[in-house]
This record gives sequence, C-alpha cells and structure tokens, in this order.
Amino acid sequence: MTPVQTEVPQRRGTPQDSDGTPVISVRGLWKVFGPKADRVPESEELCGLTRRELMDRTGCTAAVRDVHFDVSPGEVFVVMGLSGSGKSTLVRCLTRLIEPTAGEIVFEGENIRDADDKRLRELRRQKFSMVFQHFGLLPHRRVVDNVAFGLEIRGMGRAERMKRALEVVELVGLSGYENSYPDQLSGGMQQRVGLARALAGEPDVLFFDEPFSALDPLIRRDMQNEVIRLHHEVHKTMVFITHDLSEALKLGDRILIMRDGKMVQCGTGDELVGAPADDYVREFVKDVPRADVLTLRWIMRPPVDEDALDGPELGPDVVVREATRAVLAAEKPVKVVENGKLLGIVGDEEILAVVAGQEGDAR
Amino acid sequence: MTVAVEKPPTPEPPGPEDAVPEAAPAAAVRRVSRRVVVGAILVVWLVLFAVLRGTNTLTLAAADLTDLHRWLNDVYDSIGANRNSNPLFLYFFNEIRLVIDNLATFVQHLISQPSDSRPLPQIGWLGVVGIAGFVSWAVGNWRVALLTVAGFVFFGLQGLWQESMDTLALTLTAVLVALLFAIPLGVWVGLSDRVNKVMTPVLDFMQTMPTFVYLAPLTLFFLIGGASATIATVIYAAPPAIRITAHAIRSVPETTVEAADSLGATRWQSLLKVLLPMSKRTVVMGVNQTIMAALAMVTIAALIDAPGLGKTVIQALQSLDVGTAFNAGLAIVIMAIVLDRVTTAASGREEAARRSGGRFLARRRQLVVAGAAVTAVLVYLSHTYVWAAEFPGEGSVGSSVASAADTASTWVQDNLSGLTNAFRDALTNGLLNPFQTLLTDSPWWLVGAVLVGLGVVLGGWRSGVTTAVCVGLLVGTGLWSDSMTTLASTLVATVMTMLLAVVVGVWMARSTVADRLIRPTLDAAQVMPPFVYLVPFLALFGATRFTAIVAAIVYAAPVAMKIIADGVRNVPATTVEAATSAGCNTWQIITKVQLPMARGALTLATNQGLIYVLSMVVVGGLVGAGALGYDVVAGFSQGQLYGKGLAAGLAIVLLGVMFDRITQAAARRAGA
Amino acid sequence: MAGQAAKWRVGAAGVAVLGLALTACGGAKVGDTASGSDDSSGASGSSGKCGTFNLAVNPWVGYEANAAVVAYVAENDLGCKVTKKDLKEEIAWQGFGTGEVDAVIENWGHDDLKKKYITDQKTAVEVGATGNEGLIGWYVPPWLAKAHPDITDWNNLDKYAAEFKTSESGGKGQLLDGDPSFVTNDEALVKNLKLDFKVVYAGSETALIQAFRKAEKNKEWVIGYFYEPQWFMAEVPLVKVKLPEYKAGCDADLEKVACDYPVYKLDKIVSAKFAKSGSPAYDLVKNFTWTNDDQNTVAKYIAEDKMTPEAAAKKWVDANRAKVDAWIK
Repeated sequence: MTPVQTEVPQRRGTPQDSDGTPVISVRGLWKVFGPKADRVPESEELCGLTRRELMDRTGCTAAVRDVHFDVSPGEVFVVMGLSGSGKSTLVRCLTRLIEPTAGEIVFEGENIRDADDKRLRELRRQKFSMVFQHFGLLPHRRVVDNVAFGLEIRGMGRAERMKRALEVVELVGLSGYENSYPDQLSGGMQQRVGLARALAGEPDVLFFDEPFSALDPLIRRDMQNEVIRLHHEVHKTMVFITHDLSEALKLGDRILIMRDGKMVQCGTGDELVGAPADDYVREFVKDVPRADVLTLRWIMRPPVDEDALDGPELGPDVVVREATRAVLAAEKPVKVVENGKLLGIVGDEEILAVVAGQEGDAR
Repeated sequence: MTVAVEKPPTPEPPGPEDAVPEAAPAAAVRRVSRRVVVGAILVVWLVLFAVLRGTNTLTLAAADLTDLHRWLNDVYDSIGANRNSNPLFLYFFNEIRLVIDNLATFVQHLISQPSDSRPLPQIGWLGVVGIAGFVSWAVGNWRVALLTVAGFVFFGLQGLWQESMDTLALTLTAVLVALLFAIPLGVWVGLSDRVNKVMTPVLDFMQTMPTFVYLAPLTLFFLIGGASATIATVIYAAPPAIRITAHAIRSVPETTVEAADSLGATRWQSLLKVLLPMSKRTVVMGVNQTIMAALAMVTIAALIDAPGLGKTVIQALQSLDVGTAFNAGLAIVIMAIVLDRVTTAASGREEAARRSGGRFLARRRQLVVAGAAVTAVLVYLSHTYVWAAEFPGEGSVGSSVASAADTASTWVQDNLSGLTNAFRDALTNGLLNPFQTLLTDSPWWLVGAVLVGLGVVLGGWRSGVTTAVCVGLLVGTGLWSDSMTTLASTLVATVMTMLLAVVVGVWMARSTVADRLIRPTLDAAQVMPPFVYLVPFLALFGATRFTAIVAAIVYAAPVAMKIIADGVRNVPATTVEAATSAGCNTWQIITKVQLPMARGALTLATNQGLIYVLSMVVVGGLVGAGALGYDVVAGFSQGQLYGKGLAAGLAIVLLGVMFDRITQAAARRAGA
Repeated sequence: MAGQAAKWRVGAAGVAVLGLALTACGGAKVGDTASGSDDSSGASGSSGKCGTFNLAVNPWVGYEANAAVVAYVAENDLGCKVTKKDLKEEIAWQGFGTGEVDAVIENWGHDDLKKKYITDQKTAVEVGATGNEGLIGWYVPPWLAKAHPDITDWNNLDKYAAEFKTSESGGKGQLLDGDPSFVTNDEALVKNLKLDFKVVYAGSETALIQAFRKAEKNKEWVIGYFYEPQWFMAEVPLVKVKLPEYKAGCDADLEKVACDYPVYKLDKIVSAKFAKSGSPAYDLVKNFTWTNDDQNTVAKYIAEDKMTPEAAAKKWVDANRAKVDAWIK
C-alpha cells in the first residue's frame, strides 16, 4: 500500500520557507524484532507478508516497515497510530535508542546509522532530546538536578548547569518547585520537568513519545498548549508521537498515520480529513468536526458561468468554521483567492454541507 | 477539538507487539487433561510397584561406599597431603586466608578479644553500645537506636557480652567481605543476561549445598579459625545479596535508563548516576538478607572453631543444657532483630528525610556532630576504664532466662509427650511410611520415570529434561535409596508446611491484629538456631524422622506464611468487595477469591517452603532422619565417609534443583 | 521535630558533660595491675619458655574434662598461653598438618586417621595412653536391666524384639545407633547375629542421650549404641549388653564381624612439630594419665553441675595435687 502524499502548499505558512532542506530525512526504515531480523527487509517475498504471516513464517515481528518521510526545520511532525502500530519504535529508531534493521536516517546531511558510539552520544548530547510517556525522571534527585542531568552528563560545571537549569525551570513554569523531588509533583508537573530536561541542552530536535497520554484530559490540554507556546518561543523542530487524533491535529504541521508498522498517509490535518487515503484513515477521522479542520480550499468549487464574481474574497487556508459567518452573511458566493488568483468560489450550500455534518468526501 | 482516538487500555510498550494470544478454550482442555495424566501416571506407578516391589532399589548400607565416594576421598586426602607444597596454596589460598584472617582478627580485637598488650578488647561495652546506638540513629532513626541500645545492653545482662561481640565481629567481617563481592557481581548479573544465565545455577548451588559439606574442606584450604568461618559464612550469605542487587538493577524503570541514553549518557554514567542510585533502596534490603544469612551460619561455623554465641549453643547441646542453649539462641535472635530493623530503617530513611524537606538538614548535621562527640567520649571511656570496658554483673538475667527455658522445656516434655507420641505414630504409620516404602521399594527406573513424567506434565518438556538429568545424577551419586527416603520426608514436611502456612497466612492477611502478633514470632523462629530446639523436640518425639520433619516445618513455615499473607493481602480490595456484594460468605471469599487470586504467592511459598525444608535435611540427620542428612553429618565427622557425605550433599542439591525447576515451570504455566 | 532536635542536643550535651566528669573522677584503668578485672587470661607472672599451646577440644564432655585439666595445669603451672580449639576429630587431625593444632588429648582408636596422618603424612605422633579405657557397645537403661536381667545377654534379645519396635524400625526391634563420629559395625552385627532388629540412626550424641534419659524416666524400651567413659553414665548408669566376646582379629572383615567392640585404650596424639618443640606443654601431654573415675568426676562438674571447665579443673586439681605434680615433675 503506497501512502498518499498529497502535495498541497502548507497551511499555516510557517516552517518550510526557511531553506527547504529537511532536518531529518528518513528513507526505507525497517525495524524487525526476532531471530535473523536482517533477512526480512532484504527479501522481497518476506516484505510482502502481513505481520501475522511473517510471525508464523520467521518468528519475527516487523515493528517498522519501509517508512520514509522528511521533517523540515521548525516543523512539528506528528506520528500517529494505535498501540502496536510501531510509532514508538519508530521514534526510538530515529535516535538509535533502538537499532534500526535497515534504511537510512539522515540528520543535517549525516547518516545517523553510520555514527559510531562516540558520535552518536555526541549527537544525543548536543542535537536531540526526548520526552517520554512515563517521564523517566530520577526519583533521588531534585527537580533542578533532574533538569540539569543532561548538562551534567556533558560534563558542564555545576554552577553553569544550575544557572541554565533554573532558566529552563522557569521557562516551563516550574519556578518554586526546583528543590522538590519528582514524586512530590503531579503527573503534569513531572512531565514539565521532563520537558525542561529535554530543553535544557538546547537541542535542535525534540522528540516526544506520547508525552501526555498518561495525564488527565485537562492537564493534557494545558500541556499541549504549553508545547505550542514553547514552539512559538524556541522554534525547535519537533517529532511528536501520539495516539490521539485531536492532539495530532492540534499540534501537528504534518501528520504521519501508521498502521501495523507501515505508513498509511502523510499530510496536513485538513488533507487527512479532506482526502483520507483509505477506509482506515476515513474511520479515524470520521468524528472530527470537519468545519474545524477543513479549509475553504477543500470545499470550494470551480466557478461556473452563472456565478456572480463580485462577492467578498477569502484566502484558501481559512478554516471553514471561521468563514461560515462571512459566507452566510454575504449576498453572493465568496471568492477564494490566493496571490490575486481566483481558485474557486464557496457558497452557502458548500458551507452548510460541512457545518451540518454531511457524510462523505468533501469533494 | 476533543475527539480522541479510542484510548488503548495500557501504554504501548516499545518493541515487538502483537504477542499471539493463546486460544483460551484449548488451555482449558489441557488443564483438565493434565490432571487426568497426573492421575494416570500415579496409577501406573502403583500397579507396577505392586508387581516389581523390592527390585532394583539401589540400596547402600550406612558404612558402604561406592567408587565415586572412594575417589572423592582420595581427592580430599591428596589435597590435604599436598597443601604445603602446592603453589596454588602458597600463593593463592594462603594469601586470601591471610587477608581475611587479619580483617577478622582486627575487628575481634576491636570489640571482642583481648589484643596482645591488653587484657581487654580495645573498645569496651560502653563504647560499643555508644557506637551501635549512634550508627543506628545516624542511618536509621531514634526508635531503632533505642532498640539497638536496649538489645546490646541485654547481651551484657545475659552474661554473653563477649560471645555476642565475637559473633558480631565475625558477622560484620563476613558481611563486609560478602558485599565486596556480591554487589559488583550483582550489578553485573543485573546488567547482562548471559552472566545471569551462568550465575543462577551457581547461586542455587551455593544456597542449597549443605554447609556441612564444605565446612571440612574449607579448613583444609583456609585452616581452622576465623578465616574459614568467615569464608563459609560468605559462601552462604553472598547469594541473596547478589540476587537482590541484580533484581534491583533489573527493576529500574526502562524509561529512566532510556532517558539517560537519549541524553547521551555513557554506560558508566548511566550505571553511576541512574542505575545504582535508583536501586540503592533495594540493595539495602539485600544487605539485610545477607546479614540474616550470616547470622544463621553462626552456630554451624562454631563447628570449625568460630568463636561466639554459636559455640555456646553447641557446647550446651553436648550436655543437653536447653536453658543455656536457649539463652544464647535468644541473643542471636535479638542480634538478628536489631540488625534487621536497623538496615530496614536505613533503607527507608532517605525517603523520610526527603519528605521532611531540607529544613532540618542543617540541624541534623549539628546533631550528628554532637552524637559523634558523645560516642567518641564513650569509646574513650570504655578504652580506658575497667567499669566501662567490662560489662558489670554476673549475667543474672541470662541465668533466669536459662532456668525459665529449662522449666518450660521440662514441663512440655513431662506433660505433652504422650500426646505427641500418638500424633507422631499416626502420621508416621499413616502417611510417611507408606509413601517412603513406595519411593524406596520401587525400582529406581520406575521412580525416575514417574518423576520425569510429572516434570513434563506439570512443567513442560524443558523441566522434564532437567528432571531426567537430575535423576541420572542422583543414581550416579550412589545414594538413590537414601535420596528417596529423604525425598519422602521432605515432601511430607513440605505438605504440612503448606497446610500450616495457608491457615496461618490467610489468618494473618485477614486480621491486622493477628499479623502484628504473629510476625515477630515468625522472625524469631527463622533466626533461632535449630540446635536450640532440637533437644526439646527430641524429648517430645524421640530420634525419629518425624522430629526432623517438625524441625523442618518450624524452620520453613514462617517464610511460607509470610509469603502467603502478603499474597492474600495483595488481592485487590475491589475484587473482594465484588464477591461480598455477590453474597459470598467468609469461607467462600477465602476459597473462591482470595486463595485462587493469590495463586502466584502460593506457588512461590511452596517453592520456598521446599527449599527451606531441604536446607534442614542435614539438621534432620542429627535427630533421626537418617538417609542423606545422616550421610552428610557422618561424612563431616569421619574421614573415610567424607566422599559419601559430599555425594549426599550433591544429592540434596539435585533434589532441590529438580523441584525448584518443576515448581517454577508449573507456576509459569499456571500463570499463563 | 524542631523541639525534638533541641531536646536531643541538650541530652547529648548532658551526656558529654557527664562523660567528661566521669573521666575526671577516674576509676580503675584497663591494664592497671590493681584493676578489678578477673585476671584469668593474663599469664600470672611466670610466663616462661612455654609459649602458645594449641589444644584441640573434641565435642564431647569427657574430652572437655581432659582438656580442661591439661589446660589449667599448662596455664597455671607452666605459664603457657593455651588456645583451645573446638573441633571435630577429623578436622583436629587435619590441623596437625597445618600447624593449627598441637595436641589431641583423648583419641578413640581411629586407626584410619592414624594411618593417614601418622604413617602416611607423618604430621602427627602418638604419645601414649591417657589411662582411660573406652568401651563401646549396646546399652539398655537400668530399669530394663533390673526388670529383665536376661536382656543383658545378646542371645535373649530376639525374645524382646517386639518391645523395641518403633515407628522407625519397620516392624522389627529398633537398635538406636548413630553418633556420626563413631565407627559402627552394628548393621553387620545385627545381620551376622541374625537378630530381628533394625539399626536406626539417631544422628547425634544428643539424640542418643535424650533417648536414654527419657527411656529411664518413663520406663520405655530402648536399646542403643553407647560408650563410656561418658558423663551421662553418672546420671543414668546404663547397662552394657553382652555381645560375643572380642578376640583380636574378629573384626577384621567388617562385612562378617560378629563380635563385640574392642576395649579402646584411649590415647594422646600430638603434632610432629610440637613433639620436637621442647615445650614443657609437650611433656605435660606426654605424662598426662588418669582414671575413668577421675574423668567422670570432672565431666560431671562440667555437664551436671554446670561449672565452667576452668572451675571444674581447678576443683579437681586442688584435690589431686599429687597426681598433677607427677605429670610436671
């Protein structure tokens, strides 16, 4: 199954404009667990098998199968899937916490799979950080010591690392708790410590492995907003793993959906909702309030002769919910214009079809 | 936007997922049929027994030897004859001995034995009490410090100050040496699966091999006295520390280690900064277990001239002086309880300090300094002045303890022996004798086949193979018949231990009051040297296998009781609540909810119970159990039986390994 | 907690002050000649050329009696520093070779050990008899001998076999054996004398004594392996059962043995090194002899009257000065 990579210009107009070369580029990545795992990616026949068949045939489990994607600088790239889809394995392969079986991971032009232990450690110390689902804090250290842990490992002096740690503690909103121990904090606050620890080393890329799924819904929302805020403040590239579609849509510039180790679809949120690649994705996005995700681009229709073309203008990336009032208030259909070029028009009918929750594809 | 994809019930583990679930109906069928198969095996055994009784039983008279035994004797003799010329001795064993002996002597001179120029040890009772109290407070809290001071003063009042200090000195030395090896080794075992696989059988061997077997050779290698006693104790006491350290390392949450990795920690950094600090608390519990094991060796090490309380017990045993033996045994129990509470408090202290926050740290530092100063004064006093050096008084408390124990033991002997004899005869004739006959009078290959069959049915093919190997080696020891006799007693003792343990364990789990009352008694029963209660038991039951069984139960039941009590208590309260709301009565809750749900604890208790019973086989040999236990004891006492004793020790280990593997595999299956 | 800490501090200061005060007051000092400590361990004055004397103490009370008296004399009359080592026989003999043991002061036969350590390894030498005679055999409690006098002849044992039956003996009479330290021919004896008995291994001296003690007290039927001199004989004078008489060589083939145990002349063994050392303790060991009664007396002091070995030895030495003087003349 080939993932559908819909090439549609970026929605939020944010990252990709920097210089176009990806920070991380993943090609043909495989992770197979089990005896003689190497042979699986090499054999065309074995590659074709389903998970169950592969298990029966070889005793191997393919957790990640032939995955490829690029992450642009400053982008929030979300990998989403249900448990068992291989997404956690995938993120660990990116920093080789789990050794990939095949494929390449290019980071800033360097294939990480070729790095020796020393170089890998250097990359981990300087370039990457990770935030874990179960925090992974050291219970015998105070908050500030936990935050400074990465710096300590690099060999930074005590005074310097404490200063930096205190800055980051403040950045994540934990001021006043720096001398507490992790088990004295709530789950949300513990994850803030995890976040601070990841930020302390000023990495280029932050990896999040389902960081908020162990938290209560309200706290989860707070933390999501925190990540958005931090992203605005520090502009780090982020790779974010989640099983929660709303989280993915809220945070992700682009979303990669995985199933059984394979990529199913990779694209922006409105692409997933607007053009699901298959029934699996369709089922996934079924309950998403479409008006909140889809933009006018997805519902506009080409103008026909009888259309009056003197209505108000809106951009193609305006979300339907925001455009509703304007469209309904307007006497005439709204023109969708980008860079002065007319892309299509949206009338009451199109808006209502989405807002009223009509089933089926928008197209 | 609040739509969430259906939340998975458990967090997703990284790594291979999608374990193939076993089909439930098939498992049910198998469980039923397994029971039938076991029944069938037993029926076939009985039938063949009736036909083949008395053939191929491989019996060996008490004084007879096999070639293996003679060969072992020769090896032993040649070691003894060549010890002064062998370079291995000159440059290896002798060096080890020297280091350990110096260490032991140093500690002894410090607190228990007069050194060359002084008629008394360097630090007298007041100093020792001061140090012990101060250290207990510093690593624990003031409550355990109080307990420590009271306990140590009591040794003096018992008239056993010097003996207690000798025991303490040897225990501390042995524990120190044991930990020096055990903790690094434990870390290694915890980090590497391969080392773990190699070490597990070695540790099993060290723990089940009867001490008597290596006691005599140790004196050949390391001479008589402190060094040998210390090394014997180290061999026995190190395994728990190794196991617990490894376990602690393994149970550090994976995420935390991963987090350190992801920050670029080297292996060494993650060991020092993550693994070790996070397993500290559990490792302290390992230290605790090592101390307890070391104390358990005190009486046995006395047989090779280890000084201390053990010697008092052994000497009292020779003149059947129950009172004196009990007095010394009591001192051992108190020392065990003090050391146990102090180490337990030490493992919990850090957490407590953390809770209270940093506010008291400064004040605490002042207190520590003040305490150290006071202790130093006490040490100085006890070094200089006789009143502080020698414990005053004649130990009158000890005399009253001894005479009270004498009176109690005499009363029990006079008034209960009729009752106990009847009970003994009923159990021996009704259960033990028929079972033993079945085991010893069947041809060896029949019993072996039955054991292997049971191993396969209960534990799977792998445990079947282990059983087959063990059966083969048992035949090889030349002590098949004795092994079967011991096996019969062992199994009867285990069954009785479990019956008792289930009753008491459930009671303890259901009643906090019962738990609080019974638990200290169990602690005491576990550390009281068996030699102390052998004499009254002999008086009650005579020199019989039954006495050995009772002694084994006294030793093994406390462990099983504690495990079961904890297991039953850990059954989720909601499940019990659900059963209650469904109208279960107490009996139904126990039998249908609590015990089935504590199945894991029950199998663990059976496993541990069996191992503990086996570790008492040798003690049983001293009171009439005969068979392997007697072989070991006789081998220890008579040179020409040494090889046989060693073979008997091996046979005990083999029985232990065989049943350990079967019960563990069975438990895994039952749990799956 | 703050209050507690304050209290602690006051308390600690108090103790410290008290300690200092006591230091000022003084008291007897350790090592002072006038010290109140009981001066038993320090060699009183005449620490001559004797040096250290390593005496093995085997685990039975009769041996302990010998050792107590020899040690007492060596310390008080010869000024030796005596180190007693509590050891089983085999290990004690092993100690001759390693230099850890100088003397074994009561040896029961042990031809195997003699061969191994005296003949083969040449680490030990014999230095004569202790004067004690060791008897090994089958014994019954006194009440039984009185009630059934004919029981003391082995020929009549089968008549009473049923009475000796226990849960351990599988339908036959029980012959209680088994101090594991002693060689026993009992299984062969029972077989070759065609007795309807089964040997049951009690496993320790303690178990044997407890069995006999209880049998005498409750008038129970017990027959078992025992030996004298033994302190327990003073409490319950067991009666020996007559077995076919011992003749030299009748126990040569252990499979076919059908006679009583020999009378053991208990003797003394020392390490070869010790014999050549010229220590006065060696002469003491060599000259030491006494009677079964002497030993039973001291053993009784220790086991029954619960005196310390030192006190027991002192009491006997004070009463038998002449014998002692003969050893050290």
